[in-house]
Amino acid sequence: MSPTRAEVCIAAIAEVWRDAGEIMASPFGTIPMVASRLAKRTFSPDLVLTDGEAAIIVGAPPITTKPQDLVREASVPYKTIFSVVWSGRRHIVMQASQIDRFGNQNLSAIGPHNQPKVQLIGVRGAPGNSVNHKTSYWVPDHSTRTFVEAVDTVCGVGYDRAKKAGVGATRFHDLPRVVSNLGVFDFSGPDHAMALVSVHPGVTIDDVVAATGFELHIGDVVETPSPTEEQMAIISELDPKGAREREIKA
Amino acid sequence: MADKRSTIDEAISRLSSGMTIGIGGWGSRRKPMAIVRALLNSTLSDLTIVSYGGPDVGLLANAGIASKVIAGFVTLDSIALDPLWRQVRQRGGIDLTEVDEGLFYLGLQAAAWRVPFLPARAGLGSDVLVRNPLLKTVANPYVDGPFADPADVGAELLAMPALRLDAAFVHANAADTAGNAAFTGPDAYFDELFLGAADLRVVTAETVVAEGGLSEVGPLAKATVHRLLTDLIIETPNGAHFTSCAPNYDRDEAFQKAYVTAASDAETWAAFTTRFLAGSEADYQLAVAAFKEESQS
Repeated sequence: MSPTRAEVCIAAIAEVWRDAGEIMASPFGTIPMVASRLAKRTFSPDLVLTDGEAAIIVGAPPITTKPQDLVREASVPYKTIFSVVWSGRRHIVMQASQIDRFGNQNLSAIGPHNQPKVQLIGVRGAPGNSVNHKTSYWVPDHSTRTFVEAVDTVCGVGYDRAKKAGVGATRFHDLPRVVSNLGVFDFSGPDHAMALVSVHPGVTIDDVVAATGFELHIGDVVETPSPTEEQMAIISELDPKGAREREIKA
Repeated sequence: MADKRSTIDEAISRLSSGMTIGIGGWGSRRKPMAIVRALLNSTLSDLTIVSYGGPDVGLLANAGIASKVIAGFVTLDSIALDPLWRQVRQRGGIDLTEVDEGLFYLGLQAAAWRVPFLPARAGLGSDVLVRNPLLKTVANPYVDGPFADPADVGAELLAMPALRLDAAFVHANAADTAGNAAFTGPDAYFDELFLGAADLRVVTAETVVAEGGLSEVGPLAKATVHRLLTDLIIETPNGAHFTSCAPNYDRDEAFQKAYVTAASDAETWAAFTTRFLAGSEADYQLAVAAFKEESQS
């Protein structure tokens, strides 16, 4: 059976944690969560995963595991998370309601900040995450409304804004990857502009360009590798109810 | 030994309009909701609410009790966005100081330690600085000598100001009459910092035991609020409802859903307010018990 788009995205996101060593993987969303567990089950066994509440869990159990059935190995209440964040021992995959050419991300509000058209969750820890440790993004609905020329509120900091803020912001700033439902991107374009790395099977470069609201750097573009049979088996074990398919609009 | 036991009414009577109020908990978790409900029925106005925002923020802002909010987010956890908060924001009805949640932590810590600010990288380059022009940066003073880190010479850091509070309210699993309190769930959040940052320090608790009794409630290491941090102790059983208060109880998801549904429309919200929020805390708990019975039958 050929993999679904969601499964391709899971394998692509898992790659951000390849050879990551002993760091905390913090996935936001179902697909990134499955991806982090896939990475831990395969090429990054030392990843540190949490229960999403206040503890580090043992292993990479299915995402349907009931809280009472998780095995916990250490307590990490919110206050201690900032010691992890500011030490740099973390690679987060956050979502973005908007993202721009240099990786500035918005999850605060769409429209003017004093009276938004749409109020979202808030800046959360994005400003601090993005200047302290590796930060990648997952965008399940790639369109000109999410990939925009300029985000309405800069929460996660992009390369241009970090540079302007100086060494305090750039020293640990690193945005390795953006994965959307259409392709995989990095910031290897001129001045760290977003570049298309690969298109998912069934997607063309033109599809991606048409769905992107800024000039995307197009270098050598390949097809995103599909998950292997071994990865497919692990994905269905990690997500037996197929929750991954509900995170991407058809 | 002072007996710090008090009442909701007494605590509210110590507040005045225009104050800056810290509210403990995180999102829709262990919020001092009995106090929030009492604030809703008070004549207070123009409050500044400082919170890891949950339903407290939407309720107080929507009711016009709060005119200013300092927060990094507002969420109901299992439901990402609070409709009341969305409505208030989208009609431009609130002055919001939005900071990174780590900066928020440093602001409380600075206030608790009585220093004017604490430095961080968090916020640099983001719109946290643009939207809040009162926030300032500070130059790394270590440019040479043994303490200088060459990689940070020339760095500007964000100077997160102390978030000083006129009053703070937190909800504990248990407290004692002398003013100590324990969080027996998985996370104490930032509650002791809220207390440390405030002039008037109020702990509501599921149960209040005799002095020394907290060691019987759970491991003493969970009793992280000692009486140097508190002024008033108030017993409010089920006082965090509908937010979670593990291990005493989980979030009441059915009730939270009813809150969200009601809040999406002015008419249903008025009915919800009349049914649940217009009376005393005792009235609220009776109405919740009736709601539970209805939804089970």
